[in-house]
Amino acid sequence: MKKTKKLVALIACALLAVSAVTGCQKSGDETNQASKTADAGSVSTDGSTSMEKVIGALGESFKEQNAGVTFTYNPTGSGSGITAVSEGRCDIGLSSRALKDEEKASGLKGTILAYDGIAIIVNPQSKVEDLSVEDIKKIYTGEIKDWSEVGGDSGEIVLIGREAGSGTRDGFESITDTKDKCQYRQELTSTGDVITTVAQNPNAIGYASLASVKDNVKALKVGGVAPSEATVKDATYVVQRPFVLVTKESTPLSETAQKFFDYATSSAASEIISKAGAVSAK
Amino acid sequence: MKNTKNPLTQNKKIIDAEGIIHAIFLILGLITVGCVLLITVYLVISGLPAISKIGLKNFLFGKVWASTSRNPSYGILPFILTSVYGTGGAILIGVPIGFFTAVYLAKLAPKKLKSAVESAVSLLAGIPSVVYGLVGMLVLVPAIRKIFNIPDGASLLAAIIVLAVMILPSIIKVSLTALEAVPKEYEDASLALGATDIETYFKVSVPAAKSGIAAAVVLGVGRAIGEAMAVMMVSGNAPNMPSIFESVRFLTTAVASEMSYSAGLQREALFSIALVLFLFIMLINAALNFLLKRDKEK
Repeated sequence: MKKTKKLVALIACALLAVSAVTGCQKSGDETNQASKTADAGSVSTDGSTSMEKVIGALGESFKEQNAGVTFTYNPTGSGSGITAVSEGRCDIGLSSRALKDEEKASGLKGTILAYDGIAIIVNPQSKVEDLSVEDIKKIYTGEIKDWSEVGGDSGEIVLIGREAGSGTRDGFESITDTKDKCQYRQELTSTGDVITTVAQNPNAIGYASLASVKDNVKALKVGGVAPSEATVKDATYVVQRPFVLVTKESTPLSETAQKFFDYATSSAASEIISKAGAVSAK
Repeated sequence: MKNTKNPLTQNKKIIDAEGIIHAIFLILGLITVGCVLLITVYLVISGLPAISKIGLKNFLFGKVWASTSRNPSYGILPFILTSVYGTGGAILIGVPIGFFTAVYLAKLAPKKLKSAVESAVSLLAGIPSVVYGLVGMLVLVPAIRKIFNIPDGASLLAAIIVLAVMILPSIIKVSLTALEAVPKEYEDASLALGATDIETYFKVSVPAAKSGIAAAVVLGVGRAIGEAMAVMMVSGNAPNMPSIFESVRFLTTAVASEMSYSAGLQREALFSIALVLFLFIMLINAALNFLLKRDKEK
């Protein structure tokens, strides 16, 4: 009899576990259905991988405020995003560079959503305060190898960068024109790792999104301008790039897409944008 | 059968219960097998296309990895060599330490000390690899930079040291079990013939536990070659050809560091790297099986 009791208990446990799992699934299905039935339109975006955080945050809060709306983001890269919007494959294209003249001429309109400032960081012990873009380029391509050449204590410069495919790396390399030429000593996988490593090595130099720089590293002036929200916004700090929403001038946006566009460019969204690490254009 | 009132139904019930439990255990067992099969098939399917696009020779023996450059190049020789050297280095440091610790614990150590050391070893095995990485990043890397007076401490050496510490627990534990399983009669006989304690341990106990110790080493190799998180934090991650003070990238970290943003051929190539890594692990497992089997047949 004892055996049977144990067995019953075992089966009961299994049933409970199964019902718990299926229970979850059911409720999930129900909410999915709810959102489907309340078809409140959709917004599709396509483009820059660097804008993932900003667009993701905006999309999420937009969905929260407008129940039932579907929001999609297709991270393909600025170029493909611009092509996608001009071919009508998405509502809003995302570009992390300003539109070229011929793109504007073809009937596309760029609205700057935010700016992405990239700080050049060194160890607080370093005597270097200010570098020109040209110096930065020479340092990262290995032309300048020692800190004494740019006014610091002598010591071999240790180049810290991000992994291939990172938006910050892409931004930094395209602004300083060092694409495929950087002689990295370390390729780290997160902004935090870069900051920690630079904070520990007196000869290191690295780059990181402006919003995440803390006191344990020193953000250098570039061409005499210290990086800050204000200098990024007025474009005097040059290691920065715009995040652009690309739309087609000839065809109006759908109602929901227009709503999202207005929301993203409103001042209400600026807090979300700065939380996601960029400087709002508003 | 205590209950004699209705022996037939009672008997039937028990058989049913047995059947159900059998089925449950069978399903649970199949889950494991299914997972292995699924992963193998998935890796092969997703790993082969990139290899055929890049060319097996270019992929395995290419010296340059530049996956996002304008003219991408996908050579993983630096990663393969780094993984081999890194694992070899870790074994070179870790095995002697682990082996002698195991001999000491199994044969010489006083009971109290033994239990203390054993629990310390278990604790070492339980530390998550990210913690090893963090300590390595904050303590080991700056220390290497200062001691060897090089510009940056993130290097193959740092990775080897971290890996050596990480494989210690598996080497110590498995060797210890093997040494303790040696029949006491062997040692008694050796001692009775006039051998000293140390002679007995190294000429009788250790050879008798040979296959277990070999298994411990292979297990260590397996752990070292598969580790990603800790080495990623201390090895610098630049795709250079390996050298002891150079910043290097392992097979594991090559996959882990680029996977999150990868696309297209780059992503397919990462799967191919995973496939190569998988083959390495299979090879190690086969070696382990071979070692154990050969010993049994003897």
